[in-house]
Amino acid sequence: MTPHVLTRSLDRSASIFILVVAGLGVLIPLSNLLLPAGSTLQVPTYLVALFGKYACYAILALSIDLIWGYCGILSLGHGAFFALGGYAMGMYLMRQIGSRGVYGNPILPDFMVFLNYPSLPWYWYGFDMFWFAALMVLLVPGLLAFCFGWLAFRSRVTGVYLSIITQAMTYALLLAFFRNDFGFGGNNGLTDFKDILGFNVQADGTRAALFALSCLTLILTFLICRAVVTSKLGKVLIAIRDAESRTRFLGYRVESYKLFVFTLSACMAGVAGALYVPQVGIINPSEFAPGNSIEAVIWVAVGGRGTLVGAALGAVVVNYAKTFFTSGPLAPYWLFMLGALFILVTLLLPKGIVGTFSAWRESRKATEKANAESAAREDGVGEPNPAE
Amino acid sequence: MPPPSPHYSCRGCIVSANFLDRLRAVLLAILLTTAFAVPALAGPFEDAVAKFANDDFSDTDEAIGAVAASGNPLAFPIISALQEGRLSADPDTKKVFVTGSDGKIIDAATGAAVDKLPDSAAAVRLNNRLRRAVEAAVGSLTLLSPDPAKRIAAAQSVFKSHEESALPVIDGALAKETNKAVKAAFTEARAAILLYKADATEVEKLEAVAIVKAKGDQEAMALLTGLGNELPPNVARAVTSAIASIQSNLATWSMVQNAWYGLSLGSVLLLAAIGLAITFGVMGVINMAHGEMVMLGAYTTFVVQEVIRTRYPGLFDYSLLIAVPLAFLVAGAIGVLIERGIIRFLYGRPLETLLATWGLSLVLQQAVRTMFGPTNREVGNPSWMSGAFEVGQITITYNRLWILCFTLAVFVILLAMLRYTALGLEMRAVTQNRRMAASMGIATSRVDALTFGLGSGIAGIAGVALSQIDNVSPNLGQSYIIDSFMVVVFGGVGNLWGTLVGAFTLGIANKFLEPVAGAVLGKIAILVLIILFIQKRPRGLFALKGRAVEA
Repeated sequence: MTPHVLTRSLDRSASIFILVVAGLGVLIPLSNLLLPAGSTLQVPTYLVALFGKYACYAILALSIDLIWGYCGILSLGHGAFFALGGYAMGMYLMRQIGSRGVYGNPILPDFMVFLNYPSLPWYWYGFDMFWFAALMVLLVPGLLAFCFGWLAFRSRVTGVYLSIITQAMTYALLLAFFRNDFGFGGNNGLTDFKDILGFNVQADGTRAALFALSCLTLILTFLICRAVVTSKLGKVLIAIRDAESRTRFLGYRVESYKLFVFTLSACMAGVAGALYVPQVGIINPSEFAPGNSIEAVIWVAVGGRGTLVGAALGAVVVNYAKTFFTSGPLAPYWLFMLGALFILVTLLLPKGIVGTFSAWRESRKATEKANAESAAREDGVGEPNPAE
Repeated sequence: MPPPSPHYSCRGCIVSANFLDRLRAVLLAILLTTAFAVPALAGPFEDAVAKFANDDFSDTDEAIGAVAASGNPLAFPIISALQEGRLSADPDTKKVFVTGSDGKIIDAATGAAVDKLPDSAAAVRLNNRLRRAVEAAVGSLTLLSPDPAKRIAAAQSVFKSHEESALPVIDGALAKETNKAVKAAFTEARAAILLYKADATEVEKLEAVAIVKAKGDQEAMALLTGLGNELPPNVARAVTSAIASIQSNLATWSMVQNAWYGLSLGSVLLLAAIGLAITFGVMGVINMAHGEMVMLGAYTTFVVQEVIRTRYPGLFDYSLLIAVPLAFLVAGAIGVLIERGIIRFLYGRPLETLLATWGLSLVLQQAVRTMFGPTNREVGNPSWMSGAFEVGQITITYNRLWILCFTLAVFVILLAMLRYTALGLEMRAVTQNRRMAASMGIATSRVDALTFGLGSGIAGIAGVALSQIDNVSPNLGQSYIIDSFMVVVFGGVGNLWGTLVGAFTLGIANKFLEPVAGAVLGKIAILVLIILFIQKRPRGLFALKGRAVEA
């Protein structure tokens, strides 16, 4: 039986990754809901939300690794796709508030009443339906990435130029979303959510379910990325990463490959943002800040670019460190640490944690093999003749 | 991150000179009157002053006119006290009192000092009509002031209010006036009054229209458009053509103003980007910490000014001249350290360089935040950089003008350095063909370090200039980094002239878009246009041709 396209060629680290994420996705919600509060094994709700956030970051890291690690496209604007997905979900959640807002307007969200909007802007239509919002979560970032990528890749904007214009893109969106008359809540963004699909956003059960859903999405994203990079398409992507001109001369349409993987990656980032918003409870323009996108790139670099497990691991490790240090007495030093992390990882650990580890294991295996071979050869030769 | 908003305000220059002058006049009047103890004469002035106590708006109106026309030295203190609510009257004794802004009280009719206000005294009330009358009275009183600048200001306020009652004063003042500028202002004020005066002759009105048309600014426009319909047909025609001519005049000046703002913004962009044009353009190193070099230069200026303030206050006007070489050395030295410590290991890996230098920028920002605090630090303008002058209808501030000159000077010096010095020659050689340069005996790694130091040092100099127009805070550099990259990429990498053209094009385009689209949308439009432009010309406006391109 040929293995399914998603499960094909699952090696050991991939299987371990899926098992761990699936295990956490089941155990943490169960422990949170079933065990009595205060028992040592019970995971408090705030931690469930925090871990859910990490899972979303891991999805974002996977999407960046897919284009940077496997296709050599360094996007410094992936935070924009993440935030757009988040805004699409936020708009759905705003419409669900209905007349429970401060001003009690059944149609208009609070900020629109406050800013004297006469009626709902046309681009808010349809967001009261979940299926429509879910579609937009994929469609809006995907479409932006498609247009942007189509223009950029076709005219062969590559390397740092692409990085800089993606950064300019997210910066332009940041400025736009800060404006009140843009219709997305301006500086304050969208917040005060009540319901998602009829369940209370604040309830423990909903949070546990959202966490489980984030883990499931993380596994799915991982499998999709894996399917892409292990396919023939993935081989071409790696070829583009290593020698773009040569791949083009071999007859591949480099632009189309890049465009496909860039758009796919943007959709994934959008989904991550959509899962992030109900768990965090707010989405505002600061998510578009260029700094956020670059930080997401460093997660991938820390974990190991070009290794999917590493990207997800890097996101969790760096964000755990951020939570740990910024909440303690070391908070003023966090930016020093983050900055040093950028420098040290690029200088000393260019392959990241996972990449370095697997290189070390491989070299050990090679030495072991070589040792075994030489030992075997010595065995075969037998005792050297002392007379010789 | 907020967009780098260029400030055109003159920072902390004048503390309402008008108010201080008025205060001084009041004090002087009090001093004079108390010293010479003017004898109480019951005359028209005293009668007029007593009318303030009637608590009747029309009596107050008459009183204002009479007091203003009296020529009494107390007239100005009384009217200005009335304007600021410091004039009080006792309805029982019909006495009126002026409370000076320092709290001293005098009798308005005699000028004699009074210990305290009687209990029955109440402030003289005003309504909107009276407030206008008071303003006109203050205007006509200052029309006769000995200070020409004050006379001009008074004439301008009469021009705006075109109060008929000021006409005799103006006519009198005009006859005596010898100062040319004041004379012109009086003539314009007179024309404004005649235009609105119902019984002025047609000839007078036509002359007035011509004078107002020659003035040709926003106020003249407001004056003419405010005229009613009941004008003689000849005058109405003249007014319509004058409005059209002023409109086109104003449009031209607003173009000139936009162009000047654009040049000014362009010079700031060029200053921020010029160092980047060396490190990114010539060396190909993406230095995301470039903005932090600018910030370090600004903080160097702050430290220099602090030292001067505490030790050698007399040198304050030279603080920037001292700061420029110091900022170059500080930022340049740190640049050399960065090149030797980090960037040297990352040549040929631009994306990694980008990440490492971004990390570096975080570290530098946080270091400055720890040392100097997160808030804005005060950097002062030396006297030769503060103030402004007027050209036609636009105001040019000295600091903007100096920055433009300074930027161009830095650009020319840099260009000359690259062309005529040994180091410049070596830099160009290494950029064009590293291995060949090495074979010729050039120590390429030393040249790399010096080039990077040069680029960083110029960023430091930019910081000195930017400290004059922007807030000196740890985030100073961040707001320039995206703009700087845009300028370099737009102008074409590896070409200083491209950077020059790119910076001024973007600056001017930005300022011409701003009135149409608003500041933020204009900036977004510029970013989108650049993104589209890069699609068309991926290597920028002035692309390098030949082998260096794919390097």
